[in-house]
Amino acid sequence: MNDQETLRVSKIKNGTVIDHIPAGRALAVLRLLGITGSEGHVVTVTMNVRSGKLGKKDLVKVEDLELMTDQVNKLTLIAPTATINIIRNYEVVEKRSVKLPDRIVGILRCTNPGCITRQPMEHVSSKFVVVSKSPLRLECEYCGRYLEEEEVLKQLTQ
Amino acid sequence: MWKFRDVISILDFTRDDLEHLFSVTDRIIERPLDIGKPLDGKIVATAFIEPSTRTRLSFETAAKRLGAEVINLEPHLSSMAKGESLTDTMRMLDDYANLIVIRSPYEGSAKHAADVCENPVINGGDGTQHHPTQAMIDLYTIRRLKGRIDGLEVGVVGDLKYGRAAASFIYGLTKFNVKKIWLVSPEPLSPRPELMDRLKRMNVEIVKTENLESAVENVDILYVTRIQKERFPDPAEYEKLRGSYVITRKLLSRAREDLKVLHPLPRVDELSNDVDDTPHQAYFIQAKLGVPVRMALIGLVLGVF
Repeated sequence: MNDQETLRVSKIKNGTVIDHIPAGRALAVLRLLGITGSEGHVVTVTMNVRSGKLGKKDLVKVEDLELMTDQVNKLTLIAPTATINIIRNYEVVEKRSVKLPDRIVGILRCTNPGCITRQPMEHVSSKFVVVSKSPLRLECEYCGRYLEEEEVLKQLTQ
Repeated sequence: MWKFRDVISILDFTRDDLEHLFSVTDRIIERPLDIGKPLDGKIVATAFIEPSTRTRLSFETAAKRLGAEVINLEPHLSSMAKGESLTDTMRMLDDYANLIVIRSPYEGSAKHAADVCENPVINGGDGTQHHPTQAMIDLYTIRRLKGRIDGLEVGVVGDLKYGRAAASFIYGLTKFNVKKIWLVSPEPLSPRPELMDRLKRMNVEIVKTENLESAVENVDILYVTRIQKERFPDPAEYEKLRGSYVITRKLLSRAREDLKVLHPLPRVDELSNDVDDTPHQAYFIQAKLGVPVRMALIGLVLGVF
């Protein structure tokens, strides 16, 4: 790594580093984690850096916040290759890879306008079960309609 | 097995569950006087947010025959007309009744109602998705007329995309060892991918065709469904497809002598009146059997059978 790249991905003292995010999806990752910047943590976003594994990748560092397993597992929807490093006193104390949960609650929207989860009056959170991991295919627990990978990406990245 | 269970989808029930329901139904039909009024003092609520003739009235008749009182939510006369949510309406009915039968245009509303209510909820049809009690009646009708469901070839004709009765019936067939299922529909009304996937996983022999004649010549049961005008996003599309298939006495002259025609009703123009007085007609029998099957179902869910 040259000096310029070291500067870009400089170490943090405490917090979480999310590495190996597919290029261009760092902002979507932050959105999915509910990190807006207003929480006060120092957040560093690096996009389109060179990666041996992915060609190009994004990287997100959140200082003084250790993300929980449930939070990071949601990332598999848009960043299945992501790795999570928990940092304490400049050292990586834990490395986690993301694992797709069996059930996705409240993040995605069912594409069926007739689904009970799409009726604004009823306030029913969407719930999907994972039918297939690769390619990603989810099934609405209420109306049975499939949500395909392309639509999941569209909803979470746009 | 059945006591205090919600009835949301036919897929939630095993073959044994269904066989038990059918044997209780046999008992109700054969020895009606022995049944008595086991639901005396109970209240059954019906909440039909979509129009219904047979489903609502047969549930009401079934509950009354078992001695229960019935209260009916009239959506246009209730606070739903003022904008009250289905969720709040269900919570209220749950406090008033021992059992709730719901029909709604929204897919998943029966499941949601069951999540909200402590008392059992029966799905009387939710959007294009499930109509489990109709499927139970359909299967019982076949068993009663043919003596079995296993080994039969069954054709399902019409709107297989939006028709909830057709979807639930097909799912119900997969609980038995039918020989073959013929799915006959114009391409735009062919079954949704979720249904086809499930059929693939269940290893059932399927023939998907637009050719009604070849199905009629081969099947033991022909299940005819109406094209669901109210579910089409585009009325012009409905007009293009209505009348795609019409079952007539002439067409049935090519069928096996003992072919039975079922239809969940109402019919519009897909099933000619000239079939009514042929030996193939089984749809009025099917409608009549709605009451004893629903008596058995209510009784089982409320734990009196």
